[in-house]
Amino acid sequence: MSMRKFLVAAASAALLALASPAFAQQSPNLGKPISPEDLASWDISIGPDGAGLPPGSGTVKQGEAVFSAKCQACHGEKGAGTPNDRLVGGQGSLPGDKPPVKTIGSYWPYATTLFDYIRRAMPFNESKSLTNDEAYGVVAYLLNLNGIIPEDETMNAQSLPKVTMPNREGFVVFTRGK
Amino acid sequence: MKEKSRSETEHVAGNGLLHRRVFLAGGAAAMGAGVMADQAAAAPLAVESWMKIPGAPFNGYGQPSKYEEKVARTWASAPGTGGTGSSRTPHHLLNGMITPSGLHYERSHSGIPDINPDTHRLLIHGLVKRPLVFTLDDLGRYPMESRIAFVECAGNSGALFAKQPAPANVQAIHGLLSCSEWTGVKLSVLLQEAGIDPAAKWVLAEGADASGMSRSFPIEKALDDALICLYQNGERVRPANGYPVRLLLPGFEGNMNVKWLRRIKLTAGPTMTKDETSKYTILLPSGKALQFVFPLEGKSIITHPSPGLTVRGPGLYEISGLAWSGYGKIAKVEVSADGGKSWGLAALQEPVLSKAVTRFRMAWQWDGGPAVLQSRSTDETGYVQPSRTQLIELRGDRGNYHNNMIQAWAVAGNGEVKNVYA
Repeated sequence: MSMRKFLVAAASAALLALASPAFAQQSPNLGKPISPEDLASWDISIGPDGAGLPPGSGTVKQGEAVFSAKCQACHGEKGAGTPNDRLVGGQGSLPGDKPPVKTIGSYWPYATTLFDYIRRAMPFNESKSLTNDEAYGVVAYLLNLNGIIPEDETMNAQSLPKVTMPNREGFVVFTRGK
Repeated sequence: MKEKSRSETEHVAGNGLLHRRVFLAGGAAAMGAGVMADQAAAAPLAVESWMKIPGAPFNGYGQPSKYEEKVARTWASAPGTGGTGSSRTPHHLLNGMITPSGLHYERSHSGIPDINPDTHRLLIHGLVKRPLVFTLDDLGRYPMESRIAFVECAGNSGALFAKQPAPANVQAIHGLLSCSEWTGVKLSVLLQEAGIDPAAKWVLAEGADASGMSRSFPIEKALDDALICLYQNGERVRPANGYPVRLLLPGFEGNMNVKWLRRIKLTAGPTMTKDETSKYTILLPSGKALQFVFPLEGKSIITHPSPGLTVRGPGLYEISGLAWSGYGKIAKVEVSADGGKSWGLAALQEPVLSKAVTRFRMAWQWDGGPAVLQSRSTDETGYVQPSRTQLIELRGDRGNYHNNMIQAWAVAGNGEVKNVYA
């Protein structure tokens, strides 16, 4: 190719690049690809449909033991609260003008959120230390304390998303001006 | 007929509110003449030691004067914790529109993590073509944008829902609001690099702190003005505000501007995290709760005078405060000195920016009698800040969050200012 032809071709390519939408999105492209296996340790969020729930399981009884050892000091016996958040009761306290009692049982719309939050953030001084079995157990125990599942139920990736929380229909998506 | 004095012609509303023109040449002189006659003469001038002896040497990072120690955040922590809770900006001791970084309000759910920037990573994954990991060095090479934006906790001003007005000042009631210049990389640029799957409608943002604070927001916001911030007021983001990298969702409630950002996950729907279900939802009298209330509505507060800033005798004062809206620019601020009976237009200090605080100013000739000072903002969408009665009629008084009702400060005859409901 002569220099002249080369320059014409290069200029045309540059024009094409300018015209194509890809050009507008140019970036330094410094992100490094990562495999699902290598990011799994951080991918701890659980969707309301149960997406992301890990293998493992826990019973109400197993959860009670974990709760007594690792949660009770802050959340009280049987999750009754003090010094920190109350976890049990309050159902029926949401309407009206009296102060509401917002707990897992009275307010939380999804049981999956319980597993997500307990595993990522609790116990407060040692978050992300519970095994999946322990986390499932504590979730089962708290759901049972709130009268949501029977004492002989086991929580795992299949059963947890099927739990219907009492306040599941309690939320309205906000629209401005309404 | 006797000619009206300058001050009479400058009244813009009842109980002494004057057009700001009185502060300009001519106006002030005309008004001030009488006052000046009453002033005792100043004491003879001293030649102080600092005028004669060399001052302090240089140092690497400057600090405020030791005489300004009272200009500090106040905080409350959850039982049994040191760094879980919130600290508040002392707006009564500041002026202008930028909050100094060391006085920016804080809300932390498990203390301030001590993050090594060399090992910090930002992961982008989920419904993308290529999951990607970025280092801080990587992010520093991308084209950056700066914008001045407020961040306000959704729980700010919640004290005004109390049945009786709390004996509290502007810091205690409204201190969970701050405004900085934020600089960083547009989230949309990084998402394009990862390749957005058309099924992605929501974004989960997660912090690297021990609580793993996480929130979901619609992908439209990510593609609009979401910013991955590396700098705050020109320097690296402060640890308390998300070092080494935080998310800024301009106008959205503070909790969503995830600090210590480690992960962005594209999803089909909201993740329904603890903070977007059990917290940061607005419980109505019906028992139903509003969810996904993202932008903060138009709002304003008077910072000067306010409780603790006693008005010292009759005379000419500047009333000033802050106004902001998560939906855009502030269009106007009105001020009342008679408990809302009459309102006058305040001057807006430039620059007036979208989703940033705007400083407003108004001249006031205090006659020494009782006064109730209020401010009312209107944003560029036409939204008018509601009264306390209007907001409670709309949502009850148990909602906790997004309290943008008009604040009233009562000025007593002795000049003391206090929080009242008017």
